[in-house]
Amino acid sequence: MIERFGELRNTALLVSVFVIAGCGGGGGGGGADAGAADAAPAESPVDAATAGNVAGMVTFTGTAPMMAEINMGSEASCASKHSTPPTEEGFVGGADGGLANVFVYVKEGLESLSFPTPTSAVVLNQDGCMYSPHVLGAQAGQDITLRNSDGILHNINASPTENRPFNVSQPVNMDTNRAFPVAEVMIPVRCDVHGWMTAYVGIVDHPYFAVSGSDGSVSLDGLPPGDYVIEAWHEQLGTMTSNVTVTTGGTAEISFEFTEAMAGSPVPMGEPIDLLHPDGHQVVDH
Amino acid sequence: MSALQNFSSHDSHKKPHLSPQCVVLGILLLGVGLLAIPGDATAQVDGQVVYDQWCAGCHGEDGAGEGPAANTMLPRPRDFTLALYQVRTTGSGQLPTDEDILKVINDGMPGTAMPGWEDVLTEAEILALVDYLKTFSRFFQGDPPTPLDFGRATSGGEDAIARGEEVYQTVECWRCHGQQGRGDGESAPTLNDDTGFPIFTADLTENWRFNGGGEVEEIYRVLRTGLDGTPMPTFSDIVDAGVITDEDLWSLAHYVRSLSPEEEPSVEEVVTARLLTDTPLPQTIEDVVWEETERFYVPLSGQIVVQPRWFNPRVDAVWVQAVHDGQELALLVSWGDPSESPDTLWTEFGSQVVATMGSEDQGAATSSGTADQLVVQFPQELSEGQERPYFLQGDTRRPAYTWTWQSDVGGAFESIARGIGTAARQPDAEQHVRATAQHADGQWKVLFVRPLDTGGAEDLALTAGQAVPMAFQAWDGDNGESGNQGAISTWYFLVLGQPTPVAVYVAPPVALALTLLFGLLVVRQAQVGSGMWQEPDAAARAKRSAQKRKLAGMGVGVIWLGMAFGAYQNSRAGWETGYADLGFWWAIIGGLLAIAGLGALIGTWIHTRTSK
Repeated sequence: MIERFGELRNTALLVSVFVIAGCGGGGGGGGADAGAADAAPAESPVDAATAGNVAGMVTFTGTAPMMAEINMGSEASCASKHSTPPTEEGFVGGADGGLANVFVYVKEGLESLSFPTPTSAVVLNQDGCMYSPHVLGAQAGQDITLRNSDGILHNINASPTENRPFNVSQPVNMDTNRAFPVAEVMIPVRCDVHGWMTAYVGIVDHPYFAVSGSDGSVSLDGLPPGDYVIEAWHEQLGTMTSNVTVTTGGTAEISFEFTEAMAGSPVPMGEPIDLLHPDGHQVVDH
Repeated sequence: MSALQNFSSHDSHKKPHLSPQCVVLGILLLGVGLLAIPGDATAQVDGQVVYDQWCAGCHGEDGAGEGPAANTMLPRPRDFTLALYQVRTTGSGQLPTDEDILKVINDGMPGTAMPGWEDVLTEAEILALVDYLKTFSRFFQGDPPTPLDFGRATSGGEDAIARGEEVYQTVECWRCHGQQGRGDGESAPTLNDDTGFPIFTADLTENWRFNGGGEVEEIYRVLRTGLDGTPMPTFSDIVDAGVITDEDLWSLAHYVRSLSPEEEPSVEEVVTARLLTDTPLPQTIEDVVWEETERFYVPLSGQIVVQPRWFNPRVDAVWVQAVHDGQELALLVSWGDPSESPDTLWTEFGSQVVATMGSEDQGAATSSGTADQLVVQFPQELSEGQERPYFLQGDTRRPAYTWTWQSDVGGAFESIARGIGTAARQPDAEQHVRATAQHADGQWKVLFVRPLDTGGAEDLALTAGQAVPMAFQAWDGDNGESGNQGAISTWYFLVLGQPTPVAVYVAPPVALALTLLFGLLVVRQAQVGSGMWQEPDAAARAKRSAQKRKLAGMGVGVIWLGMAFGAYQNSRAGWETGYADLGFWWAIIGGLLAIAGLGALIGTWIHTRTSK
């Protein structure tokens, strides 16, 4: 009943809104700039011949936080998949100060362009009761294959704020596809069955994103020449941005130097209210 | 750029030019749009006014679930700004339909602080609320959600339940809910909801407390949709992927339903201790006597009378069974508690509970991890006229006599208390109660045994047939409970069954014989009155006066009614002393006698009247 009334009213209200909105053009004088703003971004406009790259390093200086060992004693089949006892992945450093699991992406500079949604899926694997990868990027609307390679119960509980959430159970080896239609950096994912399992998914509406490897290296390839704001996101150290100019066929250098002092910085995320950390930012204690 | 930013920045650089005429037309249409729905009752009610008056106290004026009362609740009030609704007919992560929101407002959410509003608010007010709640999140500006097709429930029965039990193992429900479904699975102590608050795993043996409803169709719905915002996921995808069939999922729902009693347990004021005549008093929890002994349901609630208060009791009820053998009383108390406190696996959960409940009461717990505890409470002495001590362990005028069991110590001890927190342990020489305890599959069972009469001057003597006030208190240490912060019941009565008096066996046949005799008399009387019975002396028949017949008939009626009253007294005594079968038969006899007595009275009245 209420739904039908709601529809009726919505229709009536929509018509009235259109009439008001449609008044803009008729008033005269306002057509030009409104038209410019409405122009649809061009489809896949990148000319490979002129494209350049962004490449560089993500590093960390200071004392690296100790990552706690994960007790998988209750999950023998997972524990046996690890030759050395697995540790939490909130901070993963590498040789020469490299910082892994940093999501690097073009934050500004691509607004006029539109990119097709990839038809191939990215995979978020659950293997040995760990998410692999721990930090994952995908394009808006792109399929994310949630894969259970453990054959025991996992649930994949994603808590975005700009997208709708999901919480899917996978009691056996299986794949389940989900997608986030709206750009959002970052979306936390957790397994409630195994409290130590967390992952983060970055959703952007273009293909220029990457996750730093354990050596801290990162690159964004095939960018059209222009000015960009590049952001680097880390789950404990927050974000850093860098302005770069990509020239035709050139490689713009980036360098993100995270430091010990940044621990506890605000981490942009659809994050939960955490009474234990009343400033609203869930900073994992170790 | 986020969608939210898109929404807000949309108008700022577009700057459309509006002509006055056009705006007037638009506003006119807007008015027509609002008026064009004569049946829409919500138009007359301001949802915000209703919300601010009735909902904001818990959910907050801004809808973020942080109203003034929110700190006394776990699970916390819904945060409407997230548009996460547990009880829906739509897929995981999807918005609820208007009907879904309406249903929760009308019916409330079992097992939470959310009451039903159907009897409080008008339909128009509730419809207006539904619309208003949706304004807290921009997600509702999109397309309305589509409900899932749930099909029809499969028929239940033993086969479905057996298959459901297999599915429970296959899809590993036990990881959180435990092998017996009591919410004690290995993952249970690590669970948080989407807003970071600790969350209990549902105890599947208490379906009247299921958030999404406890019947088979409702359980199936939750399996399909999940409970958004909680760790409970959807199981739709594994049906789609062919891991299990839809029928399997229905069987799982039937199995989960079968873990709870068929009916929500009713609360009886009297707990009867059956008298054992040919079996010895059970000295163990495993004794088969308990399988044949009635269980009494005693609900508990948080102690919120004196500070520090406790709004989040883990123990919501205890089940009580009692027997005695004329010498000793055995009392078996069982309740759901996922852990044997203190259990280090639950330490983190307990401290989260304590932090979340954020009590500012003086002396409030700041940490968890004390022992589990149960107190059985009696008056120190029985008073005339059933006056009972204050239910929080008595006061100076009427002390309470208590049995205390603690999980870390084992055994039990007797105390005298003159108010909560004043319990003084009786000297060792005066300790007579014995206790054994067992924790298995998320359930405590504690067996108390005590002589009916201990001979102790301060101990309450128990006498068969006498109603003794009895109350319970329970604490879950791993839930941050200790001291005044625990769960408590009101007073109940414990009645010890009596040996069946000889009269019980003699009286019913006598009463039946008398009934038969009087029945014959009345029949004969009626036949005399109607001339059916051939009296040899016609003159004598003529002499019989109507007055005499009337007296006789009335007399019989009154006697029968008197006997009916006697039978009623016997029946009541039977019920109250635990001889329900005798009570039942006396009730039948009493009913028959009452009918016969009334029949005699009415019949006599009719006959003597018409004969005038």
